[in-house]
Amino acid sequence: MARIDLVDLAHSYGGNDAPQESFALKPVTMTWRQGGAYALLGPSGCGKTTLLNVISGIITPSRGKILFDGKDITPLSTQKRNIAQVFQFPVIYDTMTVGQNLAFPLKNRGVPKAEIDKRVAEIGRLLDLEPHLNRKATRLTADAKQKISLGRGLVRSDVAAVLFDEPLTVIDPELKWQLRSKLKALHRELDLTMIYVTHDQTEALTFADTVVVMHDGRVVQSGTPAELFDKPAHTFVGYFIGSPGMNIIPAEVRGREARIGGHVIVLNRAYDNLPAGAKIEIGVRPEFVEVVAPAPGLLTAKIERIDDLGRIRFARTRLGDAKLAARAPAGFTSSDGDAGLKFDPSHVHVYADSLLVEGAA
Amino acid sequence: MDKTVNQKAWFLVLPVFLVVAFSAVLPLMTVVNYSMQDTFGNNQFFWNGVGWFKELLDPSTDLGGRFLASLGRNLFFSLVILAIEVPLGIVVALSMPRDGWTVAACLVILALPLLIPWNVVGTIWQIFGRPDIGLLGYVLNAAGIDYNYVSNDIDAWVTVIVMDVWHWTSLVALLCYAGLKSIPEAYYQAAQIDGASRWAVFKAIQLPKMNRVLLIAVLLRFMDSFMIYTEPFVVTGGGPGNSTTFVSIELVKIALGQFDLGKAAALSLVYNLIILIVCWIFYTVMTNAGAERKPQEGAA
Repeated sequence: MARIDLVDLAHSYGGNDAPQESFALKPVTMTWRQGGAYALLGPSGCGKTTLLNVISGIITPSRGKILFDGKDITPLSTQKRNIAQVFQFPVIYDTMTVGQNLAFPLKNRGVPKAEIDKRVAEIGRLLDLEPHLNRKATRLTADAKQKISLGRGLVRSDVAAVLFDEPLTVIDPELKWQLRSKLKALHRELDLTMIYVTHDQTEALTFADTVVVMHDGRVVQSGTPAELFDKPAHTFVGYFIGSPGMNIIPAEVRGREARIGGHVIVLNRAYDNLPAGAKIEIGVRPEFVEVVAPAPGLLTAKIERIDDLGRIRFARTRLGDAKLAARAPAGFTSSDGDAGLKFDPSHVHVYADSLLVEGAA
Repeated sequence: MDKTVNQKAWFLVLPVFLVVAFSAVLPLMTVVNYSMQDTFGNNQFFWNGVGWFKELLDPSTDLGGRFLASLGRNLFFSLVILAIEVPLGIVVALSMPRDGWTVAACLVILALPLLIPWNVVGTIWQIFGRPDIGLLGYVLNAAGIDYNYVSNDIDAWVTVIVMDVWHWTSLVALLCYAGLKSIPEAYYQAAQIDGASRWAVFKAIQLPKMNRVLLIAVLLRFMDSFMIYTEPFVVTGGGPGNSTTFVSIELVKIALGQFDLGKAAALSLVYNLIILIVCWIFYTVMTNAGAERKPQEGAA
């Protein structure tokens, strides 16, 4: 159990001399709290697995340091790091029983037999694997196998952190929920630092108390699910999280006003010091834009279609060249395909070169 | 669902039946016919019933003695080359690079002995081992080791075995390498995290994942070495004496040397039967091993 600090950590598969733009993981400094449940969220190829492998020691970083509880462990091998990792596909030692699989990491470390038996029984109970302990592990289903992979990590009493690399990829959807709640329960019970890599926002948001969003090798935002939803620090976070994602529309912003094609939208805060020459956009989640009947003073958009998601309906509209999704209230119908857009000013954010700008109150 | 029944399809299979009949069934039946008869040349045949088979299994007769002795030699030979080639092939496969240009280089080098025809391999070693002009034989004798495969039984055996190991270890190594390549990287990473030693990785991951290809390798090498003819025939001619006379060499001696077609036919039938039985055993073992590895759904 440990606090993990990443200090100016970066990795390039092309070596340290490669231009920084090509780095798989661009320099990052951050702290992972002991006992926290973290999710590393991002699309494929964003560097999240690289970061995970750097932490577990499978990859030695090109630059920077990793500290466990303040101790530099960057040069240590995976074996010496006290890390547990669960991979995308269940890793099972074919010839062994479930119990032997769980005992394997302890046996390798020369733990006395009585102690091994005790730990294996304990972890078997914790993961509901008790009835299978004496069965061949190959004969179990994918989710049970994934539990064994996890169990091999938990069986060591001294693990600093448990890393998950998209562990639910091969699990049936209905079992995914069960296994994810099991993980949450384990996290509460064992007070372990857990880091969970995924490209699925639902998985990330339901599992973690802190979600770290990565994009193109960079950590673009780290925060609670609510923070990511309400105040995306980067336009990427805005449209990657949420379904549909945030609307990002080019606009001219001056003071408390944003202009889109000559039309004024009132903002909650004042933006007077926007960087000159930057690409200015406003971002607003579809949940906070409402389509209503066209009226003077409202921005008018063309409705392309309306998606009914059951609980909520979203209108897909076109605004000049830009596309915009907006909430369609119950009973809304459009006769001529035109609709007025009503913005909720407290949820309209301003972005300069894709980064969130904090306005003055 | 109703399947369309069309008996015309049999005509499409007919050519295969004809080819198989002329290439396999008829020759085999001729052999069966010969095995029941005796011949004294001039195309004269006399009925002998199961006489040859009785003799074949009775070590006190000339035929039975020669057959059982060569069978014993052959089994011993197969066991020895398996005991050497399988572990050696695994070691070679394990020490091969996993990626980079060296992989291609290794594969080509490994494949070279496999591409050389049997009688050429025999000739190479026949000359290589000669004490007067062969590099190996000359060097060994110069180093004070009295080595002569023409006159010494043990030297002849060593030569034949080393030759087979040289020729065929590559096959085992290539099969094992293919098996090793199919192991996902995550297994090695997980083992690293579990603190497994090199030996534990081999025992827990590599060997179990290779056992399918190893079974195939053992089967192929057993069958091939059990039927071996050309290489030892070229090198030692079955000698000195009868010390390296394997079943196939004995068979050719009887059939073509003595022209005892009846005895030879009986021997080749028994020989064939042994191979069929061994094949069947291996096949059963392999399919059972495969079935055992299938996961049972709903077991969790």
